[in-house]
Amino acid sequence: MTTENIPGRANDDLADAARRRFVSSLAAAAAVPGLILQTVAEAARPADQPVTDKVRWGLLVDTENCSDGCDACVTACDKEHNLEGFGRPTTDAQWIRTLTAKDKRTGRVVTLPMMCQHCEHPPCVDVCPTGASFRRADGIVLVDKHICIGCRYCMMACPYKARSFVHETIHDQKTYAPRGKGTVESCTMCVHRVDRGDNTTACAEACDRAGHQAILFGDLYDPDSEISRRMRERDVTQIRADLRLNTGVRYQGI
Amino acid sequence: MKMPHYSTIDGSSVGYYALLGLLGLLILVGLGAAHHMETEGHWVTGMSNQIVWGTPHVFAVFLIVAASGALNVASIASVFGNPAYKPLSRLSALLSIALLVGGLAILVLDLGRPDRLIVAMTYYNFKSIFAWNIFLYTGFIAVVAVYLWMMMERKMNRYGKAAGFTAFIWRLALTTGTGSIFGFLVARDTFDSALFAPMFIIMSFSFGLAIFLLVLLASYRWAERPLGTEIVFRLKNLLGVFVASVLYFVVVYHLTNLYFTERHAVEAFFLLNGGIYTQLFWWVQVLLGSIAPLVLFYLPQFRESVTAAAVGAGLVIVGGLAQIYVIIIGGQAFPMPLFPGMEVESSFYDGVVAHYAPSLWEVLLGIGGVAMSLAIVVLAIKVLAFLPESLEDPETASAEST
Ligand code: SF4
Ligand code: SF4
Repeated sequence: MTTENIPGRANDDLADAARRRFVSSLAAAAAVPGLILQTVAEAARPADQPVTDKVRWGLLVDTENCSDGCDACVTACDKEHNLEGFGRPTTDAQWIRTLTAKDKRTGRVVTLPMMCQHCEHPPCVDVCPTGASFRRADGIVLVDKHICIGCRYCMMACPYKARSFVHETIHDQKTYAPRGKGTVESCTMCVHRVDRGDNTTACAEACDRAGHQAILFGDLYDPDSEISRRMRERDVTQIRADLRLNTGVRYQGI
Repeated sequence: MKMPHYSTIDGSSVGYYALLGLLGLLILVGLGAAHHMETEGHWVTGMSNQIVWGTPHVFAVFLIVAASGALNVASIASVFGNPAYKPLSRLSALLSIALLVGGLAILVLDLGRPDRLIVAMTYYNFKSIFAWNIFLYTGFIAVVAVYLWMMMERKMNRYGKAAGFTAFIWRLALTTGTGSIFGFLVARDTFDSALFAPMFIIMSFSFGLAIFLLVLLASYRWAERPLGTEIVFRLKNLLGVFVASVLYFVVVYHLTNLYFTERHAVEAFFLLNGGIYTQLFWWVQVLLGSIAPLVLFYLPQFRESVTAAAVGAGLVIVGGLAQIYVIIIGGQAFPMPLFPGMEVESSFYDGVVAHYAPSLWEVLLGIGGVAMSLAIVVLAIKVLAFLPESLEDPETASAEST
């Protein structure tokens, strides 16, 4: 698969409008602490460089490198976003989880990290009544915590079970990752890092540090990026490709 | 046929105030439950990140679906011009507004952020069926209210038919919208079916009429007004047709699913090995909620009994709640097909049937919503003239007057 197989650059008007509204609604209410997320992000990006659809951020997972029993990515994500647990596994938030899939016929087992797939045509965004779920021009799908009413329709619609509802009062939030009881959240592809120009995410970084290099972050539109290069070299799959959501997270070795 | 004479009920008896007091209490308890769920967070409910819509949604969807069906009687009178139902039109329209308000109250109070209702009213994503539904629901209340006004204000009577027609079309749209909430979920094999919209419409006919029948019987008995058996049996026979149609749709729905090999697992889950959902489906929805009422409505032994009609209508309601429970909660409990043909496992309950047991809070909120619907009716019939003074059978009435 090549980068040409990732269509839809022209398809971002909606997401762009949503983003503009997001940013302006944030600006309007800049006194609320959680709002620092975007203000910081916007500040770090020079004014003449808005979020652009010239890039599409994505992740490539090489399941052959993903080691069974390792949860470095999960721990790193929890720490990065302060996803404190309450010891209640059915209601605690999980932005990323490791998943094993066993082929019933051959018995072959793959382990892989599962998170928001940052769909180009995200069902969560389609169904969200208020527009709180939105897709940025650069492909990152986010929830605006200030207009999410907690209806959970997006959770019904997401094919990957990527979203969590905040079931209890949250303490000690990170300013760049606001969370709130009664709203829905999911993997942000570490948007605060992306906007800072880190060029990696907490999970990818932790995976590298653990010596596995199973997760790679990069620009899917840039033919010279490492991620594009690797996607050209080997077969790449999207999970539930039948739904044609053109996901931003791709897998190899499934 | 002469115009029926409508009047307000007296509503000064101990019984009336006791009923109102009871309903008020249930509403307060429901509000308290909602408050508790909101301040503590939803972890105190049976809901989770796997089952995100729980018992409150079952009650809310049931009431909203029933609301549009409760308008039936009025529609048959005004749109299809059947004079026998004409005297019941006002109650029919009133009940449909009341049911919708109760259902919406539950839905809103179960949001993660009910305090942001104003956000839901000011930010719209027009691609979302939910967003359309906000218009469909508020619009329905307005349309039916106008329709009621046309019926109740003599000068406006001549617009009654047009208003009735608008309300009829609107409520079809409304139930299509409600059914589509589920029908458009492409991700889940248990939903994602175009049949949901028409099936919800026919379900609305059935549930709405069942509630209407019971409310009619109760209000005439308690207000001590004469109610002939003819109208009751007419309604009951019609209800039977609706119950049978729902059953037919259920059969078609499952047969279509069985046609797709990939959906065999889902079907096995609902029909054979889904535990509580299978039990609810066969015993409560099919046997108790569909077959038993049909027996009560049509078997010669029961055909002439008002009690049998009332019990049958009650069973239709119980079966309807079970049906919506199976659709909404069973539909979420069945694992999502992430990797077809593979056994999947994770800390997030992938690949396993999700567990759900309703909490007391959720049930109390649901009952509070039902109580709110009923309280609206009980209050309204005291304030405005909704009920004809007599609904005696025509022959008895004319026999007496001679
Ligand atoms: S994976 Fe789910 S939450 Fe993420 S963009 Fe797609 S539909 Fe939305
Ligand atoms: S829970 Fe929030 S983000 Fe999800 S659909 Fe509802 S309003 Fe949108």
